[in-house]
Amino acid sequence: MPESYPREHIEDLVDDNLEWSELHNMMSDFKDADRFQQVRDVLQERVDWDDPIVIPYADHLYVVAKSEDRWVIKCDCGHEFCEHDENWKHDALINVRDTEEEYLEIYPEDMHPHPDYMELREYFCPGCQTLLEVTNVMPGYPIIHEFEPDIETFYEDWIGEPIPTPETQSA
Amino acid sequence: MSSEQHPPDASEEEEYEQSGESFPRMQEEKRKVQTKLENGEGIGWDGQTLRGQFEDLEEKTEKTGHYAGFEKLSLKDENPIEYEQMFAQLRGELVNARETSKEVAATPIVEQEGELCYGLFTPEGDSIAISTGIIVHIHTMSEAIKYMINHDYEESPGIEPGDIFVNNDTHVGNVHPCDIATLIPIFHEGELIAWAGGVNHVIDTGAVGPGSMNVSQASRFGDGAYYTARKIGEELEIYNSWKNDFPDKTRTPDFLKLDERTRMTGCLMIRNAVNDLIDDYGIEKFKQLSREAIEDGRRGFRSRIQKTMLPGTYRGASFVDALYEGQKNLSRAYASENHLMHAPSELHVREDGSFQVSFEGANKWGWHPYNCTPAAIQGGIWVMLTQTVIPNKLVNDGAYYSCDFHLPEGSWANTQNTETAHAYAWHFLVSAWAPLWQHLSRGYFSRGFREEINAGNANTSNWLQGGGIDQFDKLHAVNSFEAACEGTGARYVDDGEPHAAAIWNPEGDMGDAEVWEMTEPLPFLGRNVKPNTGGAGRRTGGAGFESMRTIKDVSRWLLYEMGNGYMSSDSGLFGGYPAASGYILNAQDTDLKERFENGEDYPQSDLDPESGDFESKIEGEITRRPEGISTPKEFDDYDMYLNYLRGGSGLGDPLEREPEKVVEDIHDGYVLPRHAKDAYAVVVNKVDDEAKHNSAVQGEWELDEEATEELREERMEEREERAQPVSEWYEDERLRIRDDEDLIEDVKKTYESSMRMSKQFTEFYCDFWELPDDFRFSLSEDAEKSLENRFKTGMKKKWKNPTKSHETWLGVGRDDEPEVPYTWTSERSIQDLSGPDASFETASKEPATDDD
Repeated sequence: MPESYPREHIEDLVDDNLEWSELHNMMSDFKDADRFQQVRDVLQERVDWDDPIVIPYADHLYVVAKSEDRWVIKCDCGHEFCEHDENWKHDALINVRDTEEEYLEIYPEDMHPHPDYMELREYFCPGCQTLLEVTNVMPGYPIIHEFEPDIETFYEDWIGEPIPTPETQSA
Repeated sequence: MSSEQHPPDASEEEEYEQSGESFPRMQEEKRKVQTKLENGEGIGWDGQTLRGQFEDLEEKTEKTGHYAGFEKLSLKDENPIEYEQMFAQLRGELVNARETSKEVAATPIVEQEGELCYGLFTPEGDSIAISTGIIVHIHTMSEAIKYMINHDYEESPGIEPGDIFVNNDTHVGNVHPCDIATLIPIFHEGELIAWAGGVNHVIDTGAVGPGSMNVSQASRFGDGAYYTARKIGEELEIYNSWKNDFPDKTRTPDFLKLDERTRMTGCLMIRNAVNDLIDDYGIEKFKQLSREAIEDGRRGFRSRIQKTMLPGTYRGASFVDALYEGQKNLSRAYASENHLMHAPSELHVREDGSFQVSFEGANKWGWHPYNCTPAAIQGGIWVMLTQTVIPNKLVNDGAYYSCDFHLPEGSWANTQNTETAHAYAWHFLVSAWAPLWQHLSRGYFSRGFREEINAGNANTSNWLQGGGIDQFDKLHAVNSFEAACEGTGARYVDDGEPHAAAIWNPEGDMGDAEVWEMTEPLPFLGRNVKPNTGGAGRRTGGAGFESMRTIKDVSRWLLYEMGNGYMSSDSGLFGGYPAASGYILNAQDTDLKERFENGEDYPQSDLDPESGDFESKIEGEITRRPEGISTPKEFDDYDMYLNYLRGGSGLGDPLEREPEKVVEDIHDGYVLPRHAKDAYAVVVNKVDDEAKHNSAVQGEWELDEEATEELREERMEEREERAQPVSEWYEDERLRIRDDEDLIEDVKKTYESSMRMSKQFTEFYCDFWELPDDFRFSLSEDAEKSLENRFKTGMKKKWKNPTKSHETWLGVGRDDEPEVPYTWTSERSIQDLSGPDASFETASKEPATDDD
């Protein structure tokens, strides 16, 4: 059984160039064991900065290595948010939709949440103004920290590879 | 195997048939079991009691960390082809049982939507293999079998060959009472070797209002008939007492009788298939397979997680509204209050690939029919996992043995109170699932499996329901299962599927309008794609749809709505927006009949609620409200009802959506033209009033590329001006909360409920907003009374002998839990709950309105 897709195929996946039939085949067929490494390598080529990508964190966001033991969350525009285990949203720009008028920009009348019951929090990158996350919560809800990856366990136990560092990246 | 022990062969079968004895193999097994019982032996393997065998299995599983102590998969390793053949044969027979038996049913729910599934279970109740269909119920049937074992059914009423059991009790093993399970034991040589089980969704269970999921009751006593793991027959014959009693408890007895025959047909097909498999391979190999398949499933789950996810902690929260304040026809006056579901969702992916799912911080149950039990939550999460983590044939309770669930006692997710109502548990639990899709998607994203990412599922509503005297002058109930077909969440690599599926039924289908019209006196005036129901994003959520129905040839006819209205329970992902929420539209005392007679125009849709189109084509008493739930209301001929099904959530920044795709969205009827500019910053110009595409009301549109480019640049600049640093927003927000300003009573009551339930949530909330430790929201007298009433009701537990696996309902994780930065700490949190005091101590003095 094959264990890997050709590099060009993964590049097309990252660049959003695959046809639906090819995507469907990837859903139904084998899961390649080296997907992480292949996608990481392609993404590293696509960004304009040199910090080694430790993991893709979210759309546009990465955990990158600033040193052997310091990892930060960084946008593909180059803006750096915070340490990898902190909530990047605390360092973002926020716009809250909590009026009927603001809801009607996105939804027709009666088809949106009631502003007294739910607000939409839009989080933007301060560097490039890309909308990175929208959360719908009751007014007064704390900011949710969605993802705290266990990077050491992943690299050491799950894929058995060293965690990238600036030194190994440039080597 | 001696000839005396061997089941009857063909010649023996003929002898039995000549003697007039039905089901000879079953009769032979029954004699063997009775002999064993007379000798003081149990029906388990090697003469064990079933209870003893179950406890032994749990001990071995806990001690070794492998299901039933099976550290080696000897059958699979030594003879993999035979292992695969046997499992594939079982799996095929289960699917065959479903596909064949559903033709017995009369309701479109089963025959069209396939709301039916079957499972094969070990003697201890763990699923070995399953059919296709609404497989949420596989694990709920497991719980029902375990309930029978743990409550000594072997002693009374007895478990013997040919026995038939039913269950629809949510506290035993079910989601809500309208899902009825049939379970039959399968014996070989006097030993219980397996259970066959089937579930389908029935159309009415005799609740206080018509339809399978009535919404006007406050407690279990208005939910309809509950059958608690009840024996209803023996020797494969249903008791007369059941035949003469069961149908009269519903408004649709004929449908229920056929549903029961459907389930019996499937279960007997499975029993025969197991007998054939044993005849072909021998009993020892069957026993080996049944254990190994589950251990194989357990290992497969963890292996898949380690291959596709990232270890760590994933968090989210979801909400949904159920507004009852001021609703008419409530069964109790004290139920007239608004409820919000708060579902904090935390997934910990451990280093061994197993899952811990915690709802710590969930708020208290309520006097509404949206409460859940652990069986419902586990079944629900399990069906979700089978559609993404384990999308293969090896789906069984191995996955369950890889997951711990922390469901705080007393919360809406685990009421542990047999007074609570559960008729539409889906409203809360489907909403609570929403973040779990995103947890998985975040893991898939980090690993590079972009083709697996899904922003979330659609809220399952509306459910058109009701009943009365139908077009055949018979008492009838309806439950439109169009809700089995919604928009799905956006994928990372493509838009969500429009009007395609529902999370709880992997084979979702809206059903043919003509078939629904055969059983419901509600002719379709139109069925259309509903614009703007899918969440906006770089990839859009799949659109929902709507059906405009009228009512014809009825009397005493009631209808109601159910779904989210003031909240959207499905979040977007990576910058995508949540799907639309719902609203109610109906019209009564209309001039529709005259319009038909005069050949005049009439409403066939409500594609844009702001257009006034509906109101311009009908005269009458029109109700248009932004809420999602209504209690039963009387309707008459030529009244109208909009059945609006929701869409899926979006993914990615909408300004990154290709402008040409937005034009396609308009032409396909997914987006209203004005929202091209507002939501996507895409400028379009109308070039023709006549539509050349599917969108009959929107004409032909053209993209203005230059204006779009300019607008998008402007919009990016506006974002910087409109948004503020989170640190600034936090200061303002913190003061607002500290000073207890602005938040409405329903929201404050929900926070207070979670805080009174969970020390962890209280600490988290107060720490985040830097509030004093003794901070509490001020509540009105009514809100305080509501919470006090629910807390004082305390526990009324159904299980007297919880299994070891049930301990995870109570604790958080296992003893060797690795140190991870939980939002809510691992210390057990529930405040002391009161004992079983009288439930209605603080109830209103107003009289009850019915017999709930």
